[in-house]
Amino acid sequence: MADSDSRKAVMSADDRQAKMRLAEAQKTYGRGKAPSMKNIRDKKLRTTLKAQEEKHKNAMLQAKDAEILLEHEAGFLEPEGELEKTYKVRQDEIKDSVGMETAKKGFELRLNDFGPYRTDYTRNGRNLLLAGRKGHVATMDWRDGKLGCELQLNETVRDARWLHNNQFFAVAQKKYVYIYDHNGVEIHCLNKHLEPLFLEFLPYHFLLASVGISGYLKYTDTSTGQTVAELPTRLGRPTSLAQNPHNAILHTGHQNGTVTLWSPNSQTALVKAQVHRGPVRSLAIDRQGRYMVSTGQDQRMNIWDIRMFREVHSYSCYQPGASVAISDRGLTAVGWGTQVSVWRGLFDAAVADQGKVNSPYMAWGGDGQRIENMRWCPYEDVLGVAHDQGFASLLVPGAGEPNFDSLEANPYENTKQRQEAEVHSLLTKLQPDMISLDPNIIGKLDTISDKKVQETRNLDHRPEDHMEKLKNRGRGRNSALRKYLRKKGRGNVIDDKRLKAEALREEHRSRHKEKLRKEREELGPALGRFAAKKDS
Amino acid sequence: MKIKALSRSTASQQAPGSGVVRQSRNLDPSQHPFERAREYTRALNAIKMERMFAAPFLCQMGDGHVDGVYSMAKDPGSLERFASGSGDGMVKVWDLTTRGEVWETQAHENMVKGVCWTPDRKLLSCASDKTIKLWDPYNSSPDAPPMTSYLGTGAFNSLSHHRSDPAFAAASNMISIYDLSRPSSSPSQTMHWPTSVDTITSLAFNQTETSILGSTALDRSVILYDLRTSSPVQKMVLKLASNAIAWNPMEAFNFAVANEDHNAYIFDMRKTDRALNVLKDHVAAVMDIEFSPTGEELVTASYDKTIRLWDRARGHSRDIYHTGRMQRVFSAKFTPDSKYVLSGSDDGNVRLWRAKASDRSGIKSARQRSKLEYDQALIKRYSHMPEIRRIKRQRHLPKPVKKAGEIKREELGAIKRREENVRKHTSKANLKSRTNEREKMILAREQ
Repeated sequence: MADSDSRKAVMSADDRQAKMRLAEAQKTYGRGKAPSMKNIRDKKLRTTLKAQEEKHKNAMLQAKDAEILLEHEAGFLEPEGELEKTYKVRQDEIKDSVGMETAKKGFELRLNDFGPYRTDYTRNGRNLLLAGRKGHVATMDWRDGKLGCELQLNETVRDARWLHNNQFFAVAQKKYVYIYDHNGVEIHCLNKHLEPLFLEFLPYHFLLASVGISGYLKYTDTSTGQTVAELPTRLGRPTSLAQNPHNAILHTGHQNGTVTLWSPNSQTALVKAQVHRGPVRSLAIDRQGRYMVSTGQDQRMNIWDIRMFREVHSYSCYQPGASVAISDRGLTAVGWGTQVSVWRGLFDAAVADQGKVNSPYMAWGGDGQRIENMRWCPYEDVLGVAHDQGFASLLVPGAGEPNFDSLEANPYENTKQRQEAEVHSLLTKLQPDMISLDPNIIGKLDTISDKKVQETRNLDHRPEDHMEKLKNRGRGRNSALRKYLRKKGRGNVIDDKRLKAEALREEHRSRHKEKLRKEREELGPALGRFAAKKDS
Repeated sequence: MKIKALSRSTASQQAPGSGVVRQSRNLDPSQHPFERAREYTRALNAIKMERMFAAPFLCQMGDGHVDGVYSMAKDPGSLERFASGSGDGMVKVWDLTTRGEVWETQAHENMVKGVCWTPDRKLLSCASDKTIKLWDPYNSSPDAPPMTSYLGTGAFNSLSHHRSDPAFAAASNMISIYDLSRPSSSPSQTMHWPTSVDTITSLAFNQTETSILGSTALDRSVILYDLRTSSPVQKMVLKLASNAIAWNPMEAFNFAVANEDHNAYIFDMRKTDRALNVLKDHVAAVMDIEFSPTGEELVTASYDKTIRLWDRARGHSRDIYHTGRMQRVFSAKFTPDSKYVLSGSDDGNVRLWRAKASDRSGIKSARQRSKLEYDQALIKRYSHMPEIRRIKRQRHLPKPVKKAGEIKREELGAIKRREENVRKHTSKANLKSRTNEREKMILAREQ
């Protein structure tokens, strides 16, 4: 007896452990909730679904088990006492305490003549692009310190972006957007993109987007050269542009403090949100598409949950933040004036609803260089800061994703791999019409139109009679019929339904009149005035 | 202060001086955005590739026959041999590996309506000249006389050999069972439905329930017989006559019939009040039908000059094969490895087709195989998407077939509309419930 009891206890402990393991795997690798099987009457369907769920569960657990193969661990910066603060750690201290190879990743470039600069890293973080306002553009393999190409364009340069790999980059110049190859040879002039201010590249859709002074957001497919969409933002000169890496929606910040969300499939903004009380200076969205961080001229940094479109927190800055960037592991860098502060746990705080983060994780600057633009280097603990006197590469431990997936972006790829990856990514190029707020909408069942199809297939289906619905629903002032007739918004559209409704109303009225007349007659001339006048 | 920053050495990814690069994976979904959309795009590419590589026609066998090919039979003991009988009385045996002829004889004076192999690799042929002859194609020269010949009273239409006993059945206006072990030239037993007199067009022994025999006749009947009681068991009368009958090799109680009404029907012999499935796509009479050795698929030959491949559980065909020179198709067979399909048509050619149009039979590397499997899984997963469904279904049809299909659809629509109009104006008391599409063609059943 006791033996069987103990066995039971052991079993349940095992079960509990398995359950915990599953919950853990579900957290990272889950793809939504399982459908409930109880209401499915079809036996065959239920069995298929069950088998499918089992498969998903196994895949989840196996993915969790495969974590053991991840070989790198994220960096960190930990105070050893209460008095030590991470934001007091200087770059030279970090360089002293990390290995030589890593210390070499922190460097500064003095480029006094053509600033302020803007910067961009390739998707695998290997190459750096610098573009000075006065026409100086340079690319480099920054880890080896090898210069790729250097251009003097003698023209205003407002932004520059790498395309899908390190072979091409786009530069927003005074009048048009130009595309150069890795040798610095101009290969395309996109003359549809007039007076561009900001550029964004959507790597999975091969779309280059620019927003110009006139406020037009334009998409060009870089694999075919076709213009995909030209969308008027109608809010004047935009002040910032950022992409949501989770669903390829573009966020545009405007002078009046609104942020609008765009996809090439809609001529109007998908969402408009009032985020600031002054121009939106800069925007950034985290990797999983959950949070948006924006800085405005109103000296605030706001954190928005873009799934709910709700502000989560608002931080004040000493000066308007000129630039924001969010790293793969959720560190947020804000450049304000001559300073850069890096915040950690902005989103964790939002999740746990704990309140604000009190002090930044790291800080840099104050040496008189005005921050223009910042980018996190993917898969490295490096923040690239472009300012008016050049470029600084900062070491920020704990910023980068330690384990890359070489089929997605490989920092150590060789030429052969790069070429193969290019072909593969072109084969799985996503069409512009797949861009929507929910990236998983593809393959979902359209239950509404299915219902309609089923209705037309059903031969005994009688079309619904709208009048029947209006007839005997409610009485008095708020009857369904009166409500319908009263309803605004259809202007002076006169259709069959409305005519019928009016006729019905007229009939009701005359019936009521008749009834009243009869009642009055019954009551006689003296008491007739007490007949109930109310329409019932 | 404890400080650690990321550092990976390049050498850990690719050893110096080596061309081998490591591939590191991270399955975290946040590193793989747009997974659904990318998977769908891959599925779309896969289905496009599949259609691009679809080349179903392989070759024709040798020089074919002079007259149309009206019957074919596979050697059950061999993967590569099969026989075909032609309208001018010739019977030829073919080899699949060389795609050539190995044996031929002027077997009959008239149209060879049925050929059949015995388990000991002899060949039986029957014709409308009222004879059945037994040949030995493996051991005899082409001009040798037949080993045995049987003379019947009427023209023979079909032959089927018993699975284990040395006996075969031949169809004329009745079913005659001949015993191969006895020298007698007269049938050992004869069977027919008591009231039917019409010609029996085809018959087939069940290969699992070996004493069950099915037949189709010109009087629109499908009759099942039992050899143990040497009597007919049950009879179904369909709306139009059936041309061929085939048993499912894996589910021995199911059989399929090819009907004159352009459809093929699958029945369960235990429950014949309704069809298991109705295969609708042909635009002319279906002349022959056969299950694949796996029992999952069917092939039909039709008078509309096409052959179609079917999934057992689906109502419409999986694929349609045709060529410009192929005339009315009278017989179609799966090869015993179920990878190829054979067709014999009125133009005298025996053609070899792939059972899966985009399949290639060469040896594939493991990578290639896993890619193909992955593609198939993707196509299956996204098969409900309209674009993928459209590409998967789209086939080029010969103009007459397309036109006939359109006309047929119009006509059927008109009939249906008329029926619905009648129903609309019928009082509720007289309104009969609609008959199921799977029961419509059964006119009568007798036990």
